[in-house]
Amino acid sequence: MSDFVQQAVQLAPSAMPSWLTDHAKSSRDFWSKSTLPTRKTEAWKYTRLRPLETGNYLNAAKPATADASLIQPSLIDGLNVHRLVFIDGQFQQALSDSDMPEGAELVRFADANERQVDSINQHLGSLFDRENHLFSALNDAWLKDGLFLRFKKNTRVEQPVQVISLTTSQEQAFSIAQRLLVLVEEQAEATVIEHFASTNEEQNSFTNSVTELVLEADAKLHHYRLHLEEEQSIHIGGVHAGLGRSAQLNSFQIALGSKLKRLDVVINHQGEGAHCELNGVYLPQREQHVDFHTCIEHAVPNCTTNEVFRGIVSDSAQAVFNGRIHIHPGAQKTSAMLSNKNLLTSNKAEVDTKPELEIYADDVQCAHGATVAQIDEQLLYYFLSRGISRQEAEVMLSFGFINELLNQVHHQEIGDYLRPLLAKRFAADPKMTRHIT
Amino acid sequence: MLSIKDLHAEVQGKEILKGLNLEVNPGEVHAIMGPNGSGKSTLGHVLAGRQGYEATRGKVKFLGDNLFDMDAEERARNGLFLAFQYPVEIPGVSNMEFLKAAVDAVRDARGEPALDSVAFLKLAREACKAVNLDQNFLKRGVNEGFSGGEKKRNELMQLMLLEPSLAILDETDSGLDIDALQVIADGVNSMRSPKRSFVLVTHYQRLLDYIEPDFVHVLARGRIVKSGDKSLALELEKRGYGWLESAA
Repeated sequence: MSDFVQQAVQLAPSAMPSWLTDHAKSSRDFWSKSTLPTRKTEAWKYTRLRPLETGNYLNAAKPATADASLIQPSLIDGLNVHRLVFIDGQFQQALSDSDMPEGAELVRFADANERQVDSINQHLGSLFDRENHLFSALNDAWLKDGLFLRFKKNTRVEQPVQVISLTTSQEQAFSIAQRLLVLVEEQAEATVIEHFASTNEEQNSFTNSVTELVLEADAKLHHYRLHLEEEQSIHIGGVHAGLGRSAQLNSFQIALGSKLKRLDVVINHQGEGAHCELNGVYLPQREQHVDFHTCIEHAVPNCTTNEVFRGIVSDSAQAVFNGRIHIHPGAQKTSAMLSNKNLLTSNKAEVDTKPELEIYADDVQCAHGATVAQIDEQLLYYFLSRGISRQEAEVMLSFGFINELLNQVHHQEIGDYLRPLLAKRFAADPKMTRHIT
Repeated sequence: MLSIKDLHAEVQGKEILKGLNLEVNPGEVHAIMGPNGSGKSTLGHVLAGRQGYEATRGKVKFLGDNLFDMDAEERARNGLFLAFQYPVEIPGVSNMEFLKAAVDAVRDARGEPALDSVAFLKLAREACKAVNLDQNFLKRGVNEGFSGGEKKRNELMQLMLLEPSLAILDETDSGLDIDALQVIADGVNSMRSPKRSFVLVTHYQRLLDYIEPDFVHVLARGRIVKSGDKSLALELEKRGYGWLESAA
């Protein structure tokens, strides 16, 4: 047993709601018998876990003071959200909204009533297997609390729910297990924004997050997952979605780089006619690392997937993108498109991209493509020929490359929120970004 | 304005311009005509400073300065403008952002302050109207999904906003219907002034019915082989280029 595995087992909480005990214990047993992936493990070939192993983690941070100024940078202008705030893994009642949006039920696991417990038990952990998602199993083992969001049948909940998870820097490293279970019932429509951020660059937290999205028949969910944590934070996370008949998931994900960021996104088409739009952007710089592993399981016929990920990798950063589409036998009339484009802005930047199609049905439409390129000289020349400096042209072109995806997000306020934040990544000098913000 | 002496230029190691001479004075409109492959577009890109279009011999002075001492962006800031034959599409960068960046860069070079966004929006809307483009085109990605004619009108709009001293139009008329051609011609004619010069690169005499040139030159095999007034264009229309090419 490696040091980290041993440490992780000891980090498991001793107190938890009694109905979670069995679930947590079996995962703890599973975890204690596992070994950490190495470079020989295909799914972890390009992502080292060493940064994780160097930490000596406490299983909880010191209780944070509920300082409203801390979440100021995470507020999205013009968007009237129902806000739930966690700081260093601890729920902040004082900073969170309490009036439930109509048609929604938001409850912490610890406060769940009997009916809610039944519902949580039915869905928790139902969308992933531990063998392939070791760190999701660790999240199980660490379970002491979680958040259950239920959107009731036949209701359209206009107000987005924003879950802010903020980390601060503390004297000793600490770990966080974040768990979110979203249930969108039949013909309901909702918006969920998962917003991860840190207060500064000096981070020593390890966040292990698992989000489960359960979409019943004809349900519709707009899902955003913003990974805006800085430099020194470590995040290993998983999103597992299950789509019922004619359900529709629109998910937009963004990840700035950090010391170690690994994000698994798994979409399971379980009911016929389901549709998924999955768009993502990653922007590691300096020595940072981002790894997106996406997997779309087409288990039934007549489902569609449209997946677009774009990355800009600068300095000595590394990005990994692995996009798998798996079309099961019998999943006829599937339409699945995957595109991954990468822009390298330095000679030392690295991207490892691998689209994977596995098709076991013969009447399907599938396409995938991956490109890695530097800034197009022909486009650059057009800017120069209009008097725009090379440096500003490069910033504008880089920004435009991802702005195409920002322009497509359903809630324009989120695009507007992200633009200036991302523009800053391309140039410290505001003169270089003044025309794009 | 522009003085080209014995210009030789290469693209990918192949010599395209082979001793070209041209004098353009302030306020003049010059038309350069010539068969395919004679070097017309190359001339535009060599003057605008495109990478890979290399002058190997000769001298070009622009407003008294040595043109080849300047980078592409400096040439533009000093008042040289090339309307592209094939403008590129830049999704993700809005036309508005692009235009403002260009106008600010040029104004900055002239020592003028940057326009605030309200003032600029007003200017850009007027320019849209002048080239008969809907204002929605300001919000769209640069040239993204524009038709051929819309791209050409977008080039003309840039010309109007940047107010260059010398505008080179590289086959801005090709692929246009009569109505669009009229819009382009009206735009160019409205920009004519004693201080501004134009070089119109074109295949067809048609454009010159709308924009009357002071001089017409025939470019063949990398050199100006004949110069004259606008009647030369009419003669070319009748006789083709063959009689001049054999003389070249």
